[in-house]
Amino acid sequence: MIAIVNYGIGNLFSVAQALKKLGEEVVVTNDPSVIEQAEAIILPGVGSFGEAMKNLEENQLIPAIVNGANQKKPILGICLGLQILFSQSQEATQQSGLSLIPGEVRKLPPTNKVPHIGWNQVSILEESPLGEGIASGEFFYFAHSYYVVPEKEENVVAICNYNVVIPAMIKQGKIAGVQFHPEKSSTGGIQFLKNWQRWIRE
Amino acid sequence: MLAKRIIPCLDVQNGQVVKGIHFEDLRQVGDPVELAQRYEQEGADELVFLDITASYEQRGTMVEVAEKVAQELTIPFTVGGGINTTQQVVNLLKAGADKVSINTAAVINPELIRELADKFGSQCVVVAIDVKRTWDRITHRSYWEVFIKGGRTPTGKDALSWAQKVEQMGAGEILLTSMDTDGTQSGYDISLTRKISEEVNIPVIASGGAGRLEHLSAILREGKADAALVASIFHYRKFTIPEAKLFLQKKGILVRMNDDGASLAEN
Repeated sequence: MIAIVNYGIGNLFSVAQALKKLGEEVVVTNDPSVIEQAEAIILPGVGSFGEAMKNLEENQLIPAIVNGANQKKPILGICLGLQILFSQSQEATQQSGLSLIPGEVRKLPPTNKVPHIGWNQVSILEESPLGEGIASGEFFYFAHSYYVVPEKEENVVAICNYNVVIPAMIKQGKIAGVQFHPEKSSTGGIQFLKNWQRWIRE
Repeated sequence: MLAKRIIPCLDVQNGQVVKGIHFEDLRQVGDPVELAQRYEQEGADELVFLDITASYEQRGTMVEVAEKVAQELTIPFTVGGGINTTQQVVNLLKAGADKVSINTAAVINPELIRELADKFGSQCVVVAIDVKRTWDRITHRSYWEVFIKGGRTPTGKDALSWAQKVEQMGAGEILLTSMDTDGTQSGYDISLTRKISEEVNIPVIASGGAGRLEHLSAILREGKADAALVASIFHYRKFTIPEAKLFLQKKGILVRMNDDGASLAEN
């Protein structure tokens, strides 16, 4: 069973639906014991950094996620879910993140329109099971105002360009994150989810 | 590079898509799910569902529509029309909508924009602005006036300052409709769209007036729109999405081509 962590109001339905179609058993939950039992955890992309972390705290979900990470349980962060894997964000400077990946989250520079909304091309930097079958230059759907800046370059699997280089796919051990929305990215997104599905069981 | 988006807009009344939809092989003409899937397959980048249901009582059907559409769609979609409470937005997002579009309610209570943006993130909040060129009898000059209530009620507000205001309140995108060009198929309002797009730093979706493929390239290039909303020319099959995207690509405009769409265009 895959736990989709419910930490804010937004479209959680589409992520659940996409995985169900790939044959996964998914539970949308804010119950720590369900997260502990799950084979893998998904942090979906809804709300804002501060609100999301507050919500995780209030529902006492942080230990379940961090323990999961320590036990090498696969975790996938989508959009904001990727950002809260980091320790700090300019979106909520008073609130710390899950600190599972070293680095920070910054506001997109106003040299381009913010939010960055729409289909942008992703370049795969290194061969990874997560990028299998995805051509460099494939379009994915983005909708965000902040982007992650990992300390270690080796965490970045794929990037996208929006005047600033946006890490689009991140990996550290069994923790993965994507800035785009795979559940909204048509065939490319489904390919990514299939890759992730295979990768968590490798 | 970020692609320019082509967004079909579907009018929904009592749960059914209305206005001529001329796909020949649809089982049920007007079924939002079937139409949405068809547009996705053809390469639509997003969809907008506009609830034109007249009575307040029947508006609940839009949540059901969103639920059904979300089950099948793997591209984003926006729901608009008659939204004026946070609870309506909660229901729509939970049902699987990615964004909501607000119009009249934003003018009446601009705080709603901030409230929604804080709660759900700016990327969820589209503010629709309906604009008509109006003669100001006091200053003796024309200006772009904001209209509400489906274009029936003038507000006296200047479109440019209103656009800047909605950005400042946290809107993630502006859906800009020119009432002067809407329904004419004579082309989008380039000067209006360009002006607004240059003066705000959030994406602008242009709407109203698409009749030929050249209109799309013009609004995306000269009009500086980030996306083009299209209704009749796709619904009536004057052009297909693959034809439109191929045309834009040949004009040097970056669009997302999907394999299905590309092969459809060649056939």
